[in-house]
Amino acid sequence: MREFAYDRALDVSGALALLDADPDARFLGGGTNLVDLMKTGVERPARLVDVRELPLDDIEVTPDGGLRIGATVTNSDLAAHPEVRRRYPALAQAVLAGASGQLRNMATVGGNLLQRTRCGYFADVTKPCNKRVPGSGCPAIEGEHHNHAILGASEHCVATHPSDMGVALTAFDAVVSYRTADGSAGAPRGGELPLADFYLPVGDTPHRETALPPGALITGVTLPPAPVAAHSRYRKVRERASYAFAIGSIAAALDVRDGAVREVRLAFGAVASRPWRATAAERVLTGAPADAETFAAAADAELAAAKPLPHNAYKVTLMRNLVVAVLTELAEEAAR
Amino acid sequence: MTTAPTARENAVGTAHTRVEGRDKVTGAARYAGEIPFADLAHGWLVLSTVARGRIRSIDTADVLAMPGVVAVLHHGNAPRVETGYVGMLGVPDPTSAVFQHDRVPHAGWPVALVVADTSEQAREAAEALVVHYEQEPHDVDFTGEHPDAYPVDSHGPAVIEKGDLEAELAASAVVVDAEYTTPEEHHNPMEPHAATARWDGGRLELVDSNQGTFWVASELAKMFSLDPASVRVRSEHVGGGFGSKGLRAHQVAAVMAATELHRPVRVVMTRRQMFSLAGYRSPTRQRLRLGADADGRLRALEHRSLSATSTVHEFIESAAGPARTMYGADAHHTANRLVRLDVPTPTWMRAPGEAPGSFALESAFDELAEKCGLDPIELRARNDPEAGPVSGLPFSGRNLIACFREGARRFGWADRDPRPGLRREGRLLLGTGTAAASFPAGAGPSTAAVTAEADGTYTVRINAADIGTGARTAMTLVAADALRTAPDQVRVRIGDSDLGPAFIAGGSMGTRSWAWAVTIAAEELRERLALGADIPPEGITVRSDSTEAIGALAQKERHSFGAQFAEVAVDPATGEVRVRRMLGIFAAGRIVNPLTARNQFVGGMTWGISMALHEEAVRDRALGSHYGADLAGYHVAAHADVPAIEADWIDDPDPDDPVGIKGIGEIGIVGAAAAIANAVWHATGVRHRDLPIRPDRVLMAGVRA
Repeated sequence: MREFAYDRALDVSGALALLDADPDARFLGGGTNLVDLMKTGVERPARLVDVRELPLDDIEVTPDGGLRIGATVTNSDLAAHPEVRRRYPALAQAVLAGASGQLRNMATVGGNLLQRTRCGYFADVTKPCNKRVPGSGCPAIEGEHHNHAILGASEHCVATHPSDMGVALTAFDAVVSYRTADGSAGAPRGGELPLADFYLPVGDTPHRETALPPGALITGVTLPPAPVAAHSRYRKVRERASYAFAIGSIAAALDVRDGAVREVRLAFGAVASRPWRATAAERVLTGAPADAETFAAAADAELAAAKPLPHNAYKVTLMRNLVVAVLTELAEEAAR
Repeated sequence: MTTAPTARENAVGTAHTRVEGRDKVTGAARYAGEIPFADLAHGWLVLSTVARGRIRSIDTADVLAMPGVVAVLHHGNAPRVETGYVGMLGVPDPTSAVFQHDRVPHAGWPVALVVADTSEQAREAAEALVVHYEQEPHDVDFTGEHPDAYPVDSHGPAVIEKGDLEAELAASAVVVDAEYTTPEEHHNPMEPHAATARWDGGRLELVDSNQGTFWVASELAKMFSLDPASVRVRSEHVGGGFGSKGLRAHQVAAVMAATELHRPVRVVMTRRQMFSLAGYRSPTRQRLRLGADADGRLRALEHRSLSATSTVHEFIESAAGPARTMYGADAHHTANRLVRLDVPTPTWMRAPGEAPGSFALESAFDELAEKCGLDPIELRARNDPEAGPVSGLPFSGRNLIACFREGARRFGWADRDPRPGLRREGRLLLGTGTAAASFPAGAGPSTAAVTAEADGTYTVRINAADIGTGARTAMTLVAADALRTAPDQVRVRIGDSDLGPAFIAGGSMGTRSWAWAVTIAAEELRERLALGADIPPEGITVRSDSTEAIGALAQKERHSFGAQFAEVAVDPATGEVRVRRMLGIFAAGRIVNPLTARNQFVGGMTWGISMALHEEAVRDRALGSHYGADLAGYHVAAHADVPAIEADWIDDPDPDDPVGIKGIGEIGIVGAAAAIANAVWHATGVRHRDLPIRPDRVLMAGVRA
């Protein structure tokens, strides 16, 4: 493999300076995705700046009752945290639905958001891929795509985002915090991006994945307070019982009062290039009767925009069924 | 393990941990890719990215200038080798005879070997090597029509036709006519293929991971036109083979490079390369036509199988073979046909023929049982033949129905409501299924040497291959009993071609073949020792050769049998199928070591879960190469997919084998996928005839109560 330099950063400004100094440098979190991609030649950084030792591994309850999660918090610690489990159970469930115990011990929250698609064409440097080599083409559209996107894709790329965690974070309106190096004074500058705006539309630039400024370091994720999230669920459908990416997943939170939906959060995984917030479905649901008919109508409203390919049309049925099944479960539990 | 050196004769049949187990779990056991050599160079294979064409040129200059690179071997400079010979198992697959011409017959064809001082340098340079191709249109599409398909003989004739099929079908009260498909599947042993070649004092030595060192050594001798005595192949520990570890491109490339460079060269396959270079199980398309009287008695059985091979070598997946053993019918037609595509050559993979063939045959039998309104076990009992359905030969032992009866008792089959789609548990639908299993039992000629050492211990030399099966331990137990001693008095040497000819670890024949030769030598040695001779310092050695004894075996239908049971839960809203429990009862000869035997059966059944629900190599039609060729893209059952699996056996010693062995390596997977598919039908009311039974297939097929 290609030789590369390795630096371990101990503070944020040091990390930013190291990255800034080398245009071919990349931040290294748990390495559970980046290192694999380096082995296969998809990623070829000249320098890795290891940010895992940065003091960004806290989970704090914010004064307004939300959560602030540091970027280097591991998946394992996130899923085990009592406040996460109490306030946002779907987030803990989503994290535990992903990868394996060993990988979750290494993987970080910041890295999770920046992981790359598991599309088999992207992962194989001998094949064309617009995301890896812009303009080379997308063989998935005519080829293997049974686990590719049905929503928000383009003729240039139909890859999906693989994160489970991101689906729950999207449902709960997470906001990503980042810092960038200031070229002149040396003091880092900060910024924030709602997760809804974090991932860029695919369009004709599938290689441009996030709205993060160049050289930015994710420092954390903030979850605003959301009482509805205390009654939430993540359900992941996959081709084996564990250790596989979703073919469809859902994060849902539901508050039912007097038989009607007072508040709902709904996000889909494995259907688009980003975790997919089901806003059209939420609009149909809010204020409507909490019954299977409404749930199905809401799913249909969201999936009306779906553009399935010949071999992934089942995902429309799957997501519809998941919306109905998970919302029905949440409604029944609320009624008890 | 026994610790006192007391004589006993019951080592065979009692559970023993592996004699090398401690070495393996502590990491002391070294595998082929880990053994150090001075001045070792590392070769990295470069595989074609096009699916058909010709190599126009290779830009070696830039790569040769890269750090540590010492050579680039390719068709323009590699030594010529011999491929026109007939080896132990037939003519060689020219895929292993690398760099002999500029033709590219499939994606992943080896086009060059880059050799460097370190593995990392070799890989970096290999990935940088630019190869220019003249590309030609390719055809990798197995699913289309193939009028050019042709019959190919394998272990048996390609086509056997007995009776008037159409007349019997027309006279049948009940007919099942269905097509079944199985996808391309890969062995994926834990340990990738790895070989180190070096010349030592005029001898070629290969440290390798394979299923038979004598086999690989003899192939290399023939291919490189060497005196067989000047080739030594060693393979001490092997992390799985499943049929994929014979002579392959990496060994030949390593020998070529070691010869050219006059230094040891190691070549290891990556997991992704294994998908192109290690062989695989061909996809199959199978048509079953069963005709029966209303009482379930078969009048007509037709099983036609189509599989694929490369354009350079014939290998046929004889999926229509098992029917010739399993069931009799007045009209009995079986045919195995082959189509040539621009794909790598497939090979033996655990239960070749039987694994995919039993899926189709045993699924069709379940469909017939449903149509006849018969219990699936009763249907099989009514069609259990007295003698070979096609051969007419007597069975050496056929305890299939006994396996079903015992399995049914333990699984709770009697309480089963045969109607599908009725059992609910929350959102899940539950179902149970069963299927029969069989696999040929055989033995291959082998030689052994057993030495009584001066210190009272024994050394057994048998060129067995322990590919994870526990062969070393099994031979220890067999020898101990034959010598009337305790297992800890016996030391077993295996995995070295210098030990002499012996059968491979393949065809479920290894343990039986080696045990035969060991038993002959050990018994003769015991008789000699009984005469009371003093043991000289070099010991007393008796050698054996089982060729004559095996050749004298009467012609019989010789098979292991089994009954598989499975319970599944299906979520109709998502299409997810999870196996809840499995039970396999086998009649597979005398069981040498219950501990490792259970491991083999359970391993095969687990693979059956994978085959039923997960495994599928996907080939991009336009590019001609694999999609997702790694263990993230190619799913095998994970721990959470493997429920309570129980495997057990009934008493079934082979009367014609000195130890009573039949063979257990492959039968565990046979019938397992059919049992699961039949359980999915019982749960959902829908027949799934295409493997794997993926969530999207189940979801879109729906439920029919």
